[in-house]
Amino acid sequence: MPGAAHPRDNQGNPSMLIHIAKRILVALPTLLIVSVLVFSLQKLLPGDPVLALAGEERDPATLAALREKYHLNDPFLMQYLRWLGGVLTGDFGVSLRTGQPVLELIGQKLPVTIQLAFMSMFFALLIGIPTGILAAVKKGTVLDWLANVIALSGLSIPNFWLGIMLILLVSVQLGWLPASGYESPFVDPLRSFQTMLMPSFVLGTGLAATLMRHTRSAMLGVLSADYIRTARAKGLGSREVIMTHAFRNALLPVITLTALLFGELLAGAVLTEQIFTIPGFGKLIVDAVFNRDYAVVQGVVLCTAMGFLLMNLVADVLYVLLNPRMRTAL
Amino acid sequence: MTPSVLSVENLTTAFQTGDGWGEVVRNVSFTVKPGETVAIVGESGSGKSVTSLSIMRLLDPKRARVSGRVMLEGTDLLSLPESAMQQIRGNRVAMIFQEPMTSLNPAFTVGRQIGEVLARHTDLGKSQIRAEVLRLMERVRIPNAARRIDEYPHQFSGGMRQRVMIAMALASRPRLLIADEPTTALDVTIQGQILDLIKELQQETGMAVLFITHDMGVVAEIADRTVVMYRGDCVETGSTERIFAQAEHPYTRALLAAVPRLGSMVGQDHPLRFPRVEMDSGRVNALPPVLNPVDRQGTPVLSVRNLTTRFAVGSDLLGRPHGHVHAVENLSFDLWPGETLSLVGESGCGKSTTGRSILRLIEPQSGAIQLDGFDVRDLGGSDLRRMRRSAQMIFQDPFSSLNPRMTVGQTVAEPILKHGIAKGHQARAMAADLLAQVGLSPAMMDRYPHEFSGGQRQRVAIARVLGLGPKLIVADESVSALDVSVKAQVCNLLMDLQERLGIAYLFISHDMAVVERVSHRVAVMYLGEIVEIGPREAVFGNPQHPYTQKLIAAVPIPDPSRRGLRRAMAAEELKNPIRPRGYVAPRRDWQDLGRGHLVMNTA
Repeated sequence: MPGAAHPRDNQGNPSMLIHIAKRILVALPTLLIVSVLVFSLQKLLPGDPVLALAGEERDPATLAALREKYHLNDPFLMQYLRWLGGVLTGDFGVSLRTGQPVLELIGQKLPVTIQLAFMSMFFALLIGIPTGILAAVKKGTVLDWLANVIALSGLSIPNFWLGIMLILLVSVQLGWLPASGYESPFVDPLRSFQTMLMPSFVLGTGLAATLMRHTRSAMLGVLSADYIRTARAKGLGSREVIMTHAFRNALLPVITLTALLFGELLAGAVLTEQIFTIPGFGKLIVDAVFNRDYAVVQGVVLCTAMGFLLMNLVADVLYVLLNPRMRTAL
Repeated sequence: MTPSVLSVENLTTAFQTGDGWGEVVRNVSFTVKPGETVAIVGESGSGKSVTSLSIMRLLDPKRARVSGRVMLEGTDLLSLPESAMQQIRGNRVAMIFQEPMTSLNPAFTVGRQIGEVLARHTDLGKSQIRAEVLRLMERVRIPNAARRIDEYPHQFSGGMRQRVMIAMALASRPRLLIADEPTTALDVTIQGQILDLIKELQQETGMAVLFITHDMGVVAEIADRTVVMYRGDCVETGSTERIFAQAEHPYTRALLAAVPRLGSMVGQDHPLRFPRVEMDSGRVNALPPVLNPVDRQGTPVLSVRNLTTRFAVGSDLLGRPHGHVHAVENLSFDLWPGETLSLVGESGCGKSTTGRSILRLIEPQSGAIQLDGFDVRDLGGSDLRRMRRSAQMIFQDPFSSLNPRMTVGQTVAEPILKHGIAKGHQARAMAADLLAQVGLSPAMMDRYPHEFSGGQRQRVAIARVLGLGPKLIVADESVSALDVSVKAQVCNLLMDLQERLGIAYLFISHDMAVVERVSHRVAVMYLGEIVEIGPREAVFGNPQHPYTQKLIAAVPIPDPSRRGLRRAMAAEELKNPIRPRGYVAPRRDWQDLGRGHLVMNTA
């Protein structure tokens, strides 16, 4: 293969940068479409933000003044463009309810959810990958069956139910962990870890099931590959064959999946944060929707979409970085 | 008498099937002495590969039961615990496999994969291992080994990957090398190089080689002794010379008779049917040549002028390609009714792309194609559909080219219905008739493809295209995946149809011996261009282009007396036809040797 890049010089490889640039270019129109959808969908939501804002006040003059103040009488397109222009300059508007800038709100809540997401993913990987490998290697045995049953339960037991049960058992009955609340890891790491332990476990188990199923099928595919037979013909022990030769190849689709699941975590966080009353992103969006706090909903959903796209990009780049075939094919 | 390296006694292997254990290898016994090469030869399903995997104990013990004795220098491998067996695999017995493309781990560099054997079976340190890996890569003649040691398998061609596999197998100086169809997936010139390499390395190291193959040409070339297997039984064992000269078992004789031999057509004016061989009795009945007339003064059924097909490679930020694969470059030829023109060449030479471009399954860049009165490149919609009635295609893989959810009757009737040739009962009657024409019983109409053998499926594929009454059939490696005896039958069927219906074939193949048998004319392709074209007897009898000569010389001849002749070919890789953006193809000149025999002038 002439002109094939040497595998070691992929750092700073211009074709890699071009690849990333291309993916970003592709992501931009998607983001624009999302922004239109976000902005127009909530216009269709029932309820009037001005009524929510005014509370008990029903004086038409006050309501009209409020409408004027927040440009709610302008044509739809004008409202959208004004909002988009703000977003592009880093101004997501202010919360209709509290008057706080939306960006500031997001800045406060996002780190909480990110901490939750990472800890959940840690649990998911810790459970999902080893059981997936075990189930593949012991295919057709009791272990495989057991792993599948656990995975299926993980998928079918609702988060909120598991969360409530854990609170009842671990917090109420045993008193080992706090039932709710949040502490920043920079203030009190131990306390932060304790409060996050149960929510992230609950959120992680659902993903663990997905990861387990994918690891299992990826491993099964790889284990019947010709190069596994080659590895065995070299005299390698089964441990080396499975953990080195098979797992390294099975890992590729699993890593891509992991990056994509991060996006799913944001959705799962909505419910989990409600149950454990964690002041994160999920709680922010639920409160904003109930209060018809348009600016906050728009900001949060757009932010989530960006997170999704970012994770897609990461998955894309990781896939290329970890796959020697893709690396030189760029 | 020298003691054997390997002595297999009454080896029997059974696989677990739906109803109990089915024996796939029965009571096989043979020995391999130091420095000796023993070939196990047989058709698919003969149990030859299972024998080799049983010796290495690489079959899943849950699904396969192996009994008998496998003595390796006095140790019975079948009685060893798995841990002791791991000390033997890759150390005292090494193995190389058929598929070089998939037998190496794509995630690790080749250097690491070769070094792994040394790390496993020797006490060498890291730097010593690297030095030894480099030495091994040079020994199997991988050019630029020092640079390539850190490359990944996908950066190597098939032939070079097989060299990596051989380096890996040789790493711990095995007493026995088991080679399971190591050259089957390779191009013929590369096959020659790999066979030469194995022979050379064997002379240097004195290791014994157990060579598993289906190819009698390869057997004749490499084996001292030969074991013939048929449906799980070892039917005959003996010196290769004796087996070829005076085989005792009828199956061996049948197998040898069915092998297409390059050079067997000298003095024949017409394509010649393969003899009918009865596999059980070994009786051989010669069949007549194909005598239908070809009028080369008349209008060709297919006329191709300056056909060029390119594929874009890679893309930059603006979506512009880095370059193009010049798959087919400036190709011109004619094909007359009732004639077979073969396109030969090695993988990547553009022969399949040519076939697909002609039927517009791929869009060509430029050129003109006249097919049975249609200007193919200008056709749209319904005209394109009507053109497809004139020209049809049969593919290589009879397992994936039939829809598994459709009965054979539906498969054959579908084009008849879709093109509105007949309806309902009439179409079904036509399908039955077509199946009968290709030698299948119309009673099989309601069965599904998985109930048929490879050869039968290929017959179904032929019946499917016959329904439209095509004037041209593009046969893309249509017999390459079939066993020799079946291959001969399907070729004979194609020739029968040609004689009877006057069909023209564009016969795309890499198998020179088959091509010599079935063709009226031959075109040799190299890197997207025809380098030589002419009547079959001229191209094979008097090849002028260096590449044609090389291609013919590389074909293994099933004649043990020619053994030991080296081809003295350098370790080369096939070049690829990727050209940078803005590349202008050079002007080509042709020399006319008369009777339509044209040779490209080499610069």
